[in-house]
Amino acid sequence: MLAYTAPTTVEDAVRALAGASGIAKILSGGTDLLVQLRSGRAKPDLIVDIKKIPGISGVRERDGGFVIGAATPGAVIGEHEGLRGAWPGIVEAANLIGSTQIQGRATLAGNLCNASPAADSVPALIAARATCVVAGPNGRREVPVESIVTGPGRTSLGRDEFIGAFHLPKRPPRSADAYLRFIPRTEMDIAVVGVGVNVTLDAGGVCTDARVVLGAVAPTAILVVEAAAALVGRKLDETALDALDQAAQRACKPIDDKRGTIEYRTKVAGVMARRTATIAYERASQR
Amino acid sequence: MSKHHVSTPINGEPVEFLCESQLTLLDVLRDELHMTGSKEGCSSGDCGACSVTVDGRLVCSCLMLAVEAEGHAIETIEGMAHGNDLHPLQRKFLEHAALQCGFCTPGLLVAAKALLDRNPSPTETEARYWLAGNLCRCTGYDKVIRAVLDAAAEMRGE
Repeated sequence: MLAYTAPTTVEDAVRALAGASGIAKILSGGTDLLVQLRSGRAKPDLIVDIKKIPGISGVRERDGGFVIGAATPGAVIGEHEGLRGAWPGIVEAANLIGSTQIQGRATLAGNLCNASPAADSVPALIAARATCVVAGPNGRREVPVESIVTGPGRTSLGRDEFIGAFHLPKRPPRSADAYLRFIPRTEMDIAVVGVGVNVTLDAGGVCTDARVVLGAVAPTAILVVEAAAALVGRKLDETALDALDQAAQRACKPIDDKRGTIEYRTKVAGVMARRTATIAYERASQR
Repeated sequence: MSKHHVSTPINGEPVEFLCESQLTLLDVLRDELHMTGSKEGCSSGDCGACSVTVDGRLVCSCLMLAVEAEGHAIETIEGMAHGNDLHPLQRKFLEHAALQCGFCTPGLLVAAKALLDRNPSPTETEARYWLAGNLCRCTGYDKVIRAVLDAAAEMRGE
């Protein structure tokens, strides 16, 4: 029989996870977990609802950056003006997930820990150099978002660990991010390809720093260093865009499935990388 | 294992119920509290027929455990009309024939009310995107959107 507990401290949540006899699952928004309970794909013995932990939900500014609580729903992320201004790519990625109803509950931590290769918010978070605070029996550790997902449905978190918050760094001047995904309809679908790009420009409009991350074209989101290198040291001219396109395509290791063939996903990844970089560059040059 | 005792205001009335951990809010609304206005369409958060608001936030009640409702204010379709006085959205749905089989209608009304509570003057595009999580296999949506925009105009006093 399924047990449910809603601890009010991080330490109690860790103790509940560590002491569970069988499989324990973290519940925040539940938009993946409840579907998996219903289908039988997840058969936990214990559900640990983290939403009663003070401060676990909400967005706050800190040291020029942001802290996003693990249980913050997408709708709350989208309503935060400061976050929308500083990290438009993360906000647009988070808000692409599901319907209005899903946005009322779904969280970044859930999107990450569900570990779908096509998770929309993950490329944007990695492009932003976001970190997550992982709580466990030995206290808290802060790790890059890209260290969490190890494969489809798999994470590096221990059975007695969970994500409590995300940290976004302070933005340098003339920097911005963007996220685009390709789906064959206008709304509510799973990415065929997703691209997150974060760039910083100098006063002359030359790119001094870039992060390019592809989603849905490999078992996990992939940080493509060669694609970023195609942007750095240049303005966003055709040469840079061609090099970016080629580097993005070379990094793809997609599967064939009903949403797209290997060849199609690879080609689209290059196109989407161009478009996303162009948006990020335009945003950065307006700052 | 004992059941959970949950206290929550539903449509402004204090309600208490007992539930097992795995039951969804939709299960309890329909089967325990006999509030059958919220419908079970897909049970996977895709169709929106079970839409309710929790502390004013639109959610699918099939994707929320009943035990999570403790201390949070729930609004359902049953709270929308006041006695025989229909909410303007309900009247406009009738006037515009924005329903056929009616299965999606409670969810659409709850979702549309959540939209107008937040944004009294939505554009057609905003209304279409907001309601994209409410599937209707009969109407083709045009009449639904017309009804929502007409209700919004009436509620603005136009």
